[in-house]
Amino acid sequence: MAQSILSAAIILSLGLLTLALLLTVLRVVRGPTLPDRVVALDMLVAVAIGLIAVIAVKTGFFLYIDIAIALGLVGFLATVAFARFIMSHRYRAATETAAKPPSEAVHRGNARRNRRPRRPRR
Amino acid sequence: MMADTLALLCAFLLVAGSAFALTAAIGINRFPDLFTRMHAASKAGTVGSSLLRLAAGAFLILTAPVAAHLLARAAKGSGYRISTLSVRATHRDNKK
Repeated sequence: MAQSILSAAIILSLGLLTLALLLTVLRVVRGPTLPDRVVALDMLVAVAIGLIAVIAVKTGFFLYIDIAIALGLVGFLATVAFARFIMSHRYRAATETAAKPPSEAVHRGNARRNRRPRRPRR
Repeated sequence: MMADTLALLCAFLLVAGSAFALTAAIGINRFPDLFTRMHAASKAGTVGSSLLRLAAGAFLILTAPVAAHLLARAAKGSGYRISTLSVRATHRDNKK
């Protein structure tokens, strides 16, 4: 009885996770800006870890858990690298129509250096 | 008896975790701007994958909040604004 409930739950959760994966891929394709796509890719890694965990329960090979942990660490490193990349580029308003255009001129290059105008020294 | 209880617990964790993951995916598609999408992905998504990993017998919730914080900080710092649908913006960059 409990085993049949478990196998039904495995099938159900595989279906739900597949749907979640497809919706997340839709946001990766549609996402208007780069950080939207990065958030969706991070979410994609999380859903893939969930799928690996469900497959580990389904097959009984618990070696898959190590693969899931390794995938989580790789996804974390990828998100951190993308965050560094986003930090080094100014946002250009042409990619999203809903946002207001920034009032100051768009700076290119290092965002930290160009973030705010330097105050005059007195 | 014990094995049945464990199997039922595992089934519950599997269904709950994948329901959370599906909720996060719907939220990522429905919310209007980056920061609200991040709210859906980094909370519901983390809970979903953590429940699924708990069902499989492992638990690791350390990297997702750090990654979400870094990404939000980078996006905020490089000039991404919150949606114009927002009714309350208290950060000093969002005030006119």
